Amino acid sequence: MSDSTAALLIEGVCKRFGSLQALDHVTLEVKQGEFFGLLGPNGAGKTTLISSMAGLCRADSGSIRVLGHDTVTDYRAARARLGVVPQELVFDPFFTVREMLRIQSGYFGLRRNDDWIDEILQRLDLEAKADVNMRRLSGGMKRRVLVAQALVHRPPLIVLDEPTAGVDVELRQGLWAFVRDLNRQGHTIVLTTHYLEEAESLCGRIAMLKQGRVVALERTADLLSRRVQQTLRLRLGSGTALPAEFRAVARATPDGRVAIVLDSADAVAACLARMHAAGVALDDIELVKPDLEDVFIAMMQEAA
Amino acid sequence: MSMALRTLLYKELLRFWKVSFQTVGAPVLTALLYLLVFSHVLDRTVEVYGGVSYTAFLVPGLVMMSLLQNAFANSSSSLIQSKVTGNIVFVLLPPISYREFFAAYVLAAVIRGLVVGAGVWLVTLWFVELPYAHPLWILFFATVGGAILASLGVIAGIWADKFDQLAAFQNFVVMPLTFLSGVFYSIHTLPDFWQAVSHLNPFFYMIDGFRYGFFGQSDVSPWISALVAGGSFAVLAGITLNMLARGYKLRS
Ligand SMILES: Nc1ncnc2c1ncn2[C@@H]1O[C@H](COP(=O)(O)OP(=O)(O)O)[C@@H](O)[C@H]1O
Ligand SMILES: [Mg+2]
Repeated sequence: MSDSTAALLIEGVCKRFGSLQALDHVTLEVKQGEFFGLLGPNGAGKTTLISSMAGLCRADSGSIRVLGHDTVTDYRAARARLGVVPQELVFDPFFTVREMLRIQSGYFGLRRNDDWIDEILQRLDLEAKADVNMRRLSGGMKRRVLVAQALVHRPPLIVLDEPTAGVDVELRQGLWAFVRDLNRQGHTIVLTTHYLEEAESLCGRIAMLKQGRVVALERTADLLSRRVQQTLRLRLGSGTALPAEFRAVARATPDGRVAIVLDSADAVAACLARMHAAGVALDDIELVKPDLEDVFIAMMQEAA
Repeated sequence: MSMALRTLLYKELLRFWKVSFQTVGAPVLTALLYLLVFSHVLDRTVEVYGGVSYTAFLVPGLVMMSLLQNAFANSSSSLIQSKVTGNIVFVLLPPISYREFFAAYVLAAVIRGLVVGAGVWLVTLWFVELPYAHPLWILFFATVGGAILASLGVIAGIWADKFDQLAAFQNFVVMPLTFLSGVFYSIHTLPDFWQAVSHLNPFFYMIDGFRYGFFGQSDVSPWISALVAGGSFAVLAGITLNMLARGYKLRS
């Protein structure tokens, strides 16, 4: 495996469930060391795509490679390199946290793994719960054990399917700090989340999935700047009226300001220059940047 | 044995051992109750083979019945529980081959069956002294019988989507086949028609062969029983391995 081998290479993957096309020719590549976001509304096919990588689900056509290993023909090598945190909050009520992690290590062929298990437990703040039965853990703790289980074999590719759904803010931050560290140490991360601000701050690249199709696949920064709709919010000085040329595009906001949607930073500068030339007095200027949510909604509407 | 297989086997053993009160204690008690009731009622009235008391005849049948039922219960309930709760993904995500998967579930179930069977045998030692004419046949039929039911349990556990489907499989397939296999009677005491029917039941051969190991006498030759039991296991193992290789109901 050379460094140029993709951590994850998905080519033309299709999957039908009865009449539903859950995945429709999905093709994407994630390079080693990336922090990659997989976004899309509920039912877009994110979990199905992850299941196909992990062999929980069999694609009808296309292929998936994990660090060069085909997930069907070379499944053992592929699975040994992949750690998946499933979306569902599942657990085995028969075992304690440490038993679970030792058993998982054994499945991956690792005999003595307690040093690493201890480190994971510590990073996930689970040390105090190591010998507690899974049944007795809160939802958030069970979620962390799922993360720990996915990491026992130090997989180069880590896939997290909505790991922060229903998890409190403090825990989310701790979890992200840990995942960021893993990424810095060279692990490739693929993440799905409902919290777009998380994806925006964590992911270098993002794929958006809708009805089983990839509708966007770009660097996060490019995605955010591509549709540079910027909203200029102005508070006019008392006694000043908006020049006629702006009345068609401006709208009044509930807090008594004027909002003008412009499609580039240049347009913002030009707009302000013309206001100035027209002698408009401005008490306050505010530029609201689009966030991933705006982009997401726009992409989903466009793809409809 | 690979590390993955050993771990999955260990996990399956730990699973039933942690609740051994239910998984070992309860079936031993049930078998004991059968023994007390049936032997009390029938010991003086039923003649099975010459020179063998009914209670002595009954014990190997009860040992085998408990062994078979518990081997089935172990693999089937482990799988259905994992499927219903969703934690089956823990064994589907790692690089465990379908052969290792099969071997671990079957071995664990056979061991549970043997432990329960041995438990039943131990408590019945208080009530009856048994001959041990051919101990190797005893071990052979115990192991192969356990493996057959373990395989059947894997099939049922994978096939069933809900607990009641598994219960139906148990009540309409496993129970009739065990009860009608000659646990409680020698089929030679049956009318011809029912004797013929019994010969179609593979469970009959397991119990008959097992009993041969104790008394050195049986309804059919132990070699025929061994052939039927071995053949049944081969067929069921083939079906189970095929289901697992295809990912039937496990990998959608
Ligand atoms: N096992 C299955 N059988 C039938 N339909 C399924 C199955 N798994 C997923 N689906 C359907 O496939 C679509 C994609 O689901 P999923 O991959 O879970 O989406 P996401 O994770 O993006 O919310 C949904 O419409 C879902 O109902
Ligand atoms: Mg999902």
